[in-house]
Amino acid sequence: MTDATSANVPASAPAPHKSSLLTQTALMKKRNAAESRFKAYGIAAITLSLSVLAIMLWTIFSDGVSAFKQATFSFPVSLDAEKLDPKGNRERDEMMRVTTIGYTNLLNQQLVAYLDDRGISTEGVSDKDIAAFISRDTPARLRDMVLANPDILGQTIQFEGFATGRIDGYLKGRVTRDTAERDTNISVAQLDLADRMISEGILSASFNWSFLTAPDASDQRPEAAGLGVALIGSAYMMFLVVIMVLPLGVAASIYLEEFAPKNRWTDLIEVNISNLAAVPSIVYGILGLAIFINFAKFPQSSPLVGALVLTLMTLPTIIIATRAAIRAVPPSIRDAALGVGASKMQTVFHHVLPLAAPGILTGTILGLASALGETAPLLLIGMVAFVANYPAGPLDGGMLDPATALPVQVYSWASRSDPAFIERSAGAIIVLLAFLVVMNIVAILLRRKFERRW
Amino acid sequence: MYDAPTPETRLTQNTLKITARGVQVYYGDKQALKDVNVDILDNTVTAFIGPSGCGKSTFLRCLNRMNDTVASARVEGEIMLDGENIYDKRVDPVQLRAKVGMVFQKPNPFPKSIYDNVSYGPKIHGLTRSKAELDQVVEDSLRKAALWNEVKDRLNEAGTGLSGGQQQRLCIARAIATSPEVLLMDEPCSALDPIATAQVEELIDELRASFSVVIVTHSMQQAARVSQKTAFFHLGSLVEYGDTSHIFTNPSDPRTESYITGRIG
Repeated sequence: MTDATSANVPASAPAPHKSSLLTQTALMKKRNAAESRFKAYGIAAITLSLSVLAIMLWTIFSDGVSAFKQATFSFPVSLDAEKLDPKGNRERDEMMRVTTIGYTNLLNQQLVAYLDDRGISTEGVSDKDIAAFISRDTPARLRDMVLANPDILGQTIQFEGFATGRIDGYLKGRVTRDTAERDTNISVAQLDLADRMISEGILSASFNWSFLTAPDASDQRPEAAGLGVALIGSAYMMFLVVIMVLPLGVAASIYLEEFAPKNRWTDLIEVNISNLAAVPSIVYGILGLAIFINFAKFPQSSPLVGALVLTLMTLPTIIIATRAAIRAVPPSIRDAALGVGASKMQTVFHHVLPLAAPGILTGTILGLASALGETAPLLLIGMVAFVANYPAGPLDGGMLDPATALPVQVYSWASRSDPAFIERSAGAIIVLLAFLVVMNIVAILLRRKFERRW
Repeated sequence: MYDAPTPETRLTQNTLKITARGVQVYYGDKQALKDVNVDILDNTVTAFIGPSGCGKSTFLRCLNRMNDTVASARVEGEIMLDGENIYDKRVDPVQLRAKVGMVFQKPNPFPKSIYDNVSYGPKIHGLTRSKAELDQVVEDSLRKAALWNEVKDRLNEAGTGLSGGQQQRLCIARAIATSPEVLLMDEPCSALDPIATAQVEELIDELRASFSVVIVTHSMQQAARVSQKTAFFHLGSLVEYGDTSHIFTNPSDPRTESYITGRIG
């Protein structure tokens, strides 16, 4: 090395290459071009995914928002006591003998008479066609109203009821005169009458609470179908999934991460957990059908079985997320706790878990969000059924009553023939998306709240 | 400390605290420590020096069985603390670590308040009976760690919000709050600036009055400044052990001489 320090530079050394900093070399240009190309790819990918998201949301909202509005008519109905309570003793059992057909006839006659009174022309529309304005669901509601409160018999009340699906569609722009000409269910003359009823204030569109509260309705009454049972079913399932998956998942993760010896068995368990997270969800449905329904004889279509299946499905995801959160706690914190003589258990519960909590909560909420949107396993355990009755309250065994779930309701409405169900299923997707957005916001807020520096 | 006895006079009257005999440590198949024999005295600062990877930290972590947390580590031989073998089957390492405290290379306060950091040890070991007593222990520990005056008005603020040097003194306060008999320090000043280092070194000298202090350091100047006894490790063996003044002025092993004069390591 002494040569290098001498003043004599060897003659064989190449002359230093002179270049200006103000001009780019060819290699530099190439490197910069590669970088700009890469940035352009990234921006293109993000733009593509954002536009797909925008298109998806636009179609869902343009189809679904109308589900939250409903065409209703409102006219005075005099409740004829002789027809609705022939024996006149106001006994509930006696009054039950008048079926919805009796109420249908009453409503039909009174609507025709009312239109006559108001001088609204019903030209070209038969009495039967006028009766078709009234949803098949409406007489049943009037009947329930009367049975619940027999004192209103004999009075004239201002009754509000659903219009039938085609009229509803006309108010929302789904049914037009063009489509009516090709539709045997509705005529152009009926639509003209609907226009006249709207201008007279008999027919109007209003916010549809029953879409969120009513149970499902049959193919003939799309206007009456609601998400009530699906919302209760999903709520029951999420509640059960949380109380089952959180303790199981966290306990398993803590044991595997902090206590378990590292040997062939724990390696095997780890590989299996990763594989279980990738198992198609419908396989869990088959498992649930075999174990919980066929073997354990739990009632099918019940939120309990749904929750058990979703718990099995979510558990691997939550274990993986929790273990990652525990592993992210710096080892220096464990050393510090062990160094002052904390036991392993104290180290984990006093120091590691509080620091891992935001990660665990975020992972759990994201796992629950995926469970909330899961459809396939629920199909196999019978939750795709038509359930017209609300399950009982949570303390009255409601978790064992048949129910559906939000994504399953979307699926079953989407497969029905009446076009009115398209807006219903898009509306149900909006409700589902709203829940998912809320859950993700909660995850972010919890993360912000509990995040601490170390 | 002007009234403290000089190191020379103290050494003669100090009792034996830790005796290590034939300590071998393996990480898997690899041997990290070969047959280490050392006697560590009470009320003395003992420095372990040596190049990186020589096993000095490994040996330090044997003294409070922190190596137990490394799955592949295996320790042979015996280490006696006050005549009891700490690797005896009946010894619970958790109980041992209350007696043998440790301060780590990087300041690692808990992400909790300053008060909670110091009171954690006494709390889990049930050393105090009342809140007042606990307050007293916290104050005493912070005073001993020369931190009390800087933090007495903000005991409820996060320990992680202190400066690096303050954090390390907080960790020392946390370690001495459990009233250990031995204090192990693994390069306690390597993450600190010179001013904070000087403060911690001064502190170590004061702690000698109450504990046996064992310090691992990369800085030979630091070893010379703070310790009375020095052990030089090289390639997993204890090469030389003796009075600090002797090791630095008149080493008997040529490898020690090479290291302290900067030729190896």
